[in-house]
Amino acid sequence: MSSISTPVTEAHEDAAHGQHDPNLQHHFATKEQQFDTSKIGIWLFLATEILMFGGLFVGFAYMQSRFPEAFFEGHKHLLKVAGTLNTVVLLVSSFTMVLAVHYARTSKRKKLIICLAITMFCALIFLGVKYIEYTHEFSEGLYPGRYFSNPDDPTGHEFIFFSFYFMMTGLHGIHILAGLCVMAWLLRRAIRGDFSRNYYTPVDVVGLYWHLVDIIWIYLFPLLYLIR
Amino acid sequence: MADVISAPFHAGTTPVERRNYLTEPKGLWSWLATVDHKRIGIMYLISVMAFFLVGGIFALLIRLSLFDPSHMIFGHKMLDAETYNKVFTMHGVIMVFLFIIPSIPAALGNFVLPMMLGAKDVAFPRLNLASFYIYWTGAALAMVAIVTGGVDTGWTFYTPYSTSTQTSVAWMAMGIFIAGFSSIFTGLNFIATIHKLRAPGMGWFDMPLFCWGMYATALMQVLATPVLAITLLLMTIERLFRIGIFDASLGGDPVLFQHFFWFYSHPAVYIMIVPGMAIVSEIIPVFSRKTIFGYRMIAFSSIGIALIGFLVWGHHMFVAGQSQTAVVVFSFLTFIVAIPSAIKVWNWLATMYHGSISLETPMLYAISFILLFAIGGLTGVFLGALSLDVHLTDTYFVVAHFHYVMMGGTVVAFLGGLHYWWPKITGRMYNERLGQIAAALVFIGFNATFFPQFIMGGQGMPRRYYNYLPQFQPMHAFSTVGSWIIGAGLFLTLGYLLASLRKPYDAPDNPWGGKTMEWQTQSPPLTENFEVQPVATHGPYDFFPVGTH
Repeated sequence: MSSISTPVTEAHEDAAHGQHDPNLQHHFATKEQQFDTSKIGIWLFLATEILMFGGLFVGFAYMQSRFPEAFFEGHKHLLKVAGTLNTVVLLVSSFTMVLAVHYARTSKRKKLIICLAITMFCALIFLGVKYIEYTHEFSEGLYPGRYFSNPDDPTGHEFIFFSFYFMMTGLHGIHILAGLCVMAWLLRRAIRGDFSRNYYTPVDVVGLYWHLVDIIWIYLFPLLYLIR
Repeated sequence: MADVISAPFHAGTTPVERRNYLTEPKGLWSWLATVDHKRIGIMYLISVMAFFLVGGIFALLIRLSLFDPSHMIFGHKMLDAETYNKVFTMHGVIMVFLFIIPSIPAALGNFVLPMMLGAKDVAFPRLNLASFYIYWTGAALAMVAIVTGGVDTGWTFYTPYSTSTQTSVAWMAMGIFIAGFSSIFTGLNFIATIHKLRAPGMGWFDMPLFCWGMYATALMQVLATPVLAITLLLMTIERLFRIGIFDASLGGDPVLFQHFFWFYSHPAVYIMIVPGMAIVSEIIPVFSRKTIFGYRMIAFSSIGIALIGFLVWGHHMFVAGQSQTAVVVFSFLTFIVAIPSAIKVWNWLATMYHGSISLETPMLYAISFILLFAIGGLTGVFLGALSLDVHLTDTYFVVAHFHYVMMGGTVVAFLGGLHYWWPKITGRMYNERLGQIAAALVFIGFNATFFPQFIMGGQGMPRRYYNYLPQFQPMHAFSTVGSWIIGAGLFLTLGYLLASLRKPYDAPDNPWGGKTMEWQTQSPPLTENFEVQPVATHGPYDFFPVGTH
């Protein structure tokens, strides 16, 4: 299938001329190819995330249709103000993430660092608020599954609502935590000056991940907090 | 790297002197930390073969114990009922999740896919290595489950039994949960590789059909496996916390578990069989010396199977309580998904027609595949028929059907692919005559083992039962003897393959006269695969017509 005709590989050429780009991995011919490949990779990864959360959403919808009163009664225990605050915080963080990608792409190192820092700060606020909420719920005996104890539960199935509440917000919280970790890594690289218009793939990819985590919350918030 | 690429290379020199990926760099650490897709493929190959051996020993134990309904062999009790349940569960779990699913994509596919595309590596080499270690993390947890008492649920983990049994279900489920991510990352890597790393001049329809098969498989791995992950997670949480999703006594629904499980596990059987078809699509034209017949139809049928395969999961639950409408739709879609498989079979036969067929070991396995898959696939259509399925559900008929597809299909194709690419992977030729004998033993032993199970199933022998009626004893005994013949064939294969490694490099670069790119480089290949970037100038199956060369 191959006829040996192209004289040298790209990497060989670079090495021979002593101008090998450290950001270009050896198995890619061009930066564009590498960038596009990364984008395909992250979109596929996001698809897997959607399908994984999808299982929980389907389970939630199914159990809610079985026990609508239990879910309605259960949601009354949640702190709506905290949930709303967290929604706003995540929306702001999405905005600063977009700006971060923009500044990485336009080689504005200082602004990139500021935007990443604000995004991380928002993520921390989110987790802090979530901690307060969980503490509040635990203090009322609202645990998942068999550990649930609410003597005033009129339906007998509130524990299912709280099982889903803790599983869905918990899995989402793990994703926020993971996002925080990769943003710390981005921040370190940004301070080192790794990103410029020539190379900003990691910022772009983490940005997409962060938006997905936000979008999942946008669905979780009305589903869990605003049941009518 | 540059000096390796420009190293002198002459087609006629002794192969022994060649630099290749096996020998440089040296050292154990250079293997464990490698990002070379070929070395990762080999590490996967060794791992899956080890689990094939473990799962195979469990299979031989099951068959031996079932030789007689008393489970007495030469006056000794083989397996008691509880052990029997654990052994068939672990046979299933190990074979499905630790052997078959990674076997062709992660072991052989990792090795040959980038080379077939003319690429230096997969799209994300470090992710590829991570996926290998994730696989082993999952496998280690599965081992913990076995050591801490085993699992007795069957590989399907049906609730409510799986959420109430006292065996190590949680460890096993977490092992499979983690191993699933290795499968996802392999699939993700392959999709990105196929999209972006094809050689210059290689359009989508210039790719070898193996790549189309891998693409379809990867789509399913990426889109179905996350659902298995969340299902097993929910099942484990149900065990630990009693959250009430699958347990009817808490208000949950065990049928919901079945929907979740089969939403993954039906695509999963295509994750297992489509790579087998992909290998056969390579072997048939090479050993028929003829261009593949119906290239586009085979390519599209892989994608068709991947897409329709997502819509047929309900046929596992015809007797589990679904609406009549759902049952009819799932039955109809099950018939539809048989069509792309049939298209492939007819195209392979048309390729062989008037070809110049040579019956070396890979071709023997490819022909075995066609015969066994035809039986396995058609009996699947029987099971998709509503009225018949009510009679055959949970009988040995299902076991036989499943093994005709999974072992007669995938494992046989895997063995064919292993022999086909063995010279490329190791640089050595195996003993051809022994290879042919082993292929014959596997084929005969396989039919002897599983054909009687169709008959027993049709007569009502239930699957997974420890005891059986005396009238089934002769067929059970026949089946057990068959399993010994398969075992003999496979151990013979292991023997001559390992023996070939003791020889110096003696494989030509292209022993079978293949036209795809992996044969256009040396055996075993350079670390960079190709000396220079290959360019696609002709199709992957452009053989001269018979008699013109």
